[in-house]
Amino acid sequence: MREAIREAMSEEMRRDERVFLMGEEVAEYNGAYKVSQGMLDEFGEKRVIDTPIAELGFAGIGVGAAMNGLRPIVEFMTWNFALLASDQIINSAAKMLQMSGGQYGCPIVFRGPNGTAGQLAATHSNSYEYMYAHVPGLKVISISNPYDAKGLMKSAIRDEDPVVFMESEVMYSDMGEVPEEEYLIPIGVADVKRAGSDVTIVAWNKMMKVALEAAAELAKEGIEAEVIDLRTIRPMDYDTVINSVKKTNRLIIVEEAPPFSAISSELSHVVQFRAFDHLDYPVMRINGADTPVAYAPTLVEAYLPKVSEVVKAAKGSLYR
Amino acid sequence: MVAQKFNKGTYLEWYRSMLLQRRFEERAGMLYGQQKIRGFCHLYIGQEAVSAGMMSALKPEDKIITAYRDHGLGLARGMNSRECMAELYGKRTGSSKGKGGSMHFFSKEKNFMGGHGIVGAQIPMGAGIAFAEKYNETGAVCATMFGDGAARQGALHEAFNMAMTWKLPVIFICENNYYAMGTSVERTSNVDEIYKLGYAFEMPAEPVNGMVVEEVHQAMAAAAERGRKGEGPTFLEIRTYRYKGHSMSDPQKYRTKKEVEEYKDMDPLITVKAHILKKKYANAKWFETLEQEIKAEVDDAVEFAENSPFPEADELFEDVYVQEDYPFLS
Repeated sequence: MREAIREAMSEEMRRDERVFLMGEEVAEYNGAYKVSQGMLDEFGEKRVIDTPIAELGFAGIGVGAAMNGLRPIVEFMTWNFALLASDQIINSAAKMLQMSGGQYGCPIVFRGPNGTAGQLAATHSNSYEYMYAHVPGLKVISISNPYDAKGLMKSAIRDEDPVVFMESEVMYSDMGEVPEEEYLIPIGVADVKRAGSDVTIVAWNKMMKVALEAAAELAKEGIEAEVIDLRTIRPMDYDTVINSVKKTNRLIIVEEAPPFSAISSELSHVVQFRAFDHLDYPVMRINGADTPVAYAPTLVEAYLPKVSEVVKAAKGSLYR
Repeated sequence: MVAQKFNKGTYLEWYRSMLLQRRFEERAGMLYGQQKIRGFCHLYIGQEAVSAGMMSALKPEDKIITAYRDHGLGLARGMNSRECMAELYGKRTGSSKGKGGSMHFFSKEKNFMGGHGIVGAQIPMGAGIAFAEKYNETGAVCATMFGDGAARQGALHEAFNMAMTWKLPVIFICENNYYAMGTSVERTSNVDEIYKLGYAFEMPAEPVNGMVVEEVHQAMAAAAERGRKGEGPTFLEIRTYRYKGHSMSDPQKYRTKKEVEEYKDMDPLITVKAHILKKKYANAKWFETLEQEIKAEVDDAVEFAENSPFPEADELFEDVYVQEDYPFLS
């Protein structure tokens, strides 16, 4: 996974002189999670830039550089730390084009890992897709595999609008096929990862692992789940989900964040509104607990959505 | 500071610029009272020597970014009165198509990069604008402006630190008008000489008398020269005064009328006019004609704004994304 993201950034930096990478430990340390390993050697300190620990400041510098013709990639060591920069992401980057009446855009990628990653306790374990997806002016991508990571990162860097790009610490070592030749994946298109006709399961980022495992469990009992990876959270590809629901008549959403005001709330609303007559069972969702994430292994386990919960919900929707 | 000689043309332009800002904003204040202009409206009146002295020291390719007290700076930079007044009215002919309002003047043509509403957010943005100038080796600088209130934001310290570390061609300008809304400078920090904040980063920093246009120009020119030569940022604390309240609804109980009157005695319009007359750069007739021309310009701007349409409802969905077919929810 980390190689796929690195390849995407490096290819785009070779292609476009305006693209540069900045963030904590991205250059000499080769990346806190080694995503940018070797990039300083190739591109030099002008374009691979170590910052002090000052998220608000360097996010703002990225915004200013983007307004003034460059195409920054701003790495956050985790999206948990980016809360300090959220004023620049939400108030500056997202709203610049509108406030200036179309005169100044902000083509920038903010990227980094998101969500839980082992026993990191309350402040280092949050999933923030819901927060940025709420903001008009932003696009939000949350990836689950190396192929998508590379194709979507390249699209994000080329996009004229500000993009929030979410990865995961625990997926950086994941392996997957990535083609030799160049490819891009369009922003705003979901991917049907597993076809099935009995129940639809939607997830993104590392909850895709839970969704796919649950589908495998269900298959053992003769239930064929269709599993959809949203890949882009905003704009959301509702059509792919609704077309699937029209076939299966059942929807389970798996989300790592707590349930209140969540992505699953949004998707549930649209599906009941647009596919009401096709639903044979209420839309179900398996979210993280409505609590902060805690340290102890038992409490992390208790917090996270589980395969067994997804299996139970799917079977319940089939009255089994 | 070594006195620099300025020529007739410079003095006459300073006066014209300051008078336009003053008369434009006096009218804006009246129109606010008539509810033609809504929302927040922060007047610059009293601070015009800062904008005039800055602009004469900068080049057209230099960038400027400021906070929400932006009308005077936009006009001084050459934005036209019509687009500015129409923006205050919220009309589609405004500089931001009626989407930005008083706090968000922008002009790409004039390299005026806003007009920003969150106190201090433009400080790192200004460093980033300068970052791009350095990256592209243009030789241009970015004048990054903020008030004394913003000097207490963490964003300032983060931006100062990186701008100094990376030697960015940025001029940080604190327009110290002594009050962050209603809270005086000395009540917000143990350090009430704001320029000294630059010393924490070993950044060249100095106070400047913002009521004296010549001093503003000289300090800005020297700072711009440093930036262009690759010597990095400069921090100028330009001490000025706003005659009006923080915004239109401010009863100003935090200061005395006497204090305001004392500053009005130093009014840059009065002092520059006196200098022009003393040097015989222009006579009374010239001032009279200029008053009439500027009154006509402001009248024209108001008429233009009055007669312009508001944006249509569906324009709300334009300029949110560059992507033209973005699938908004409905």
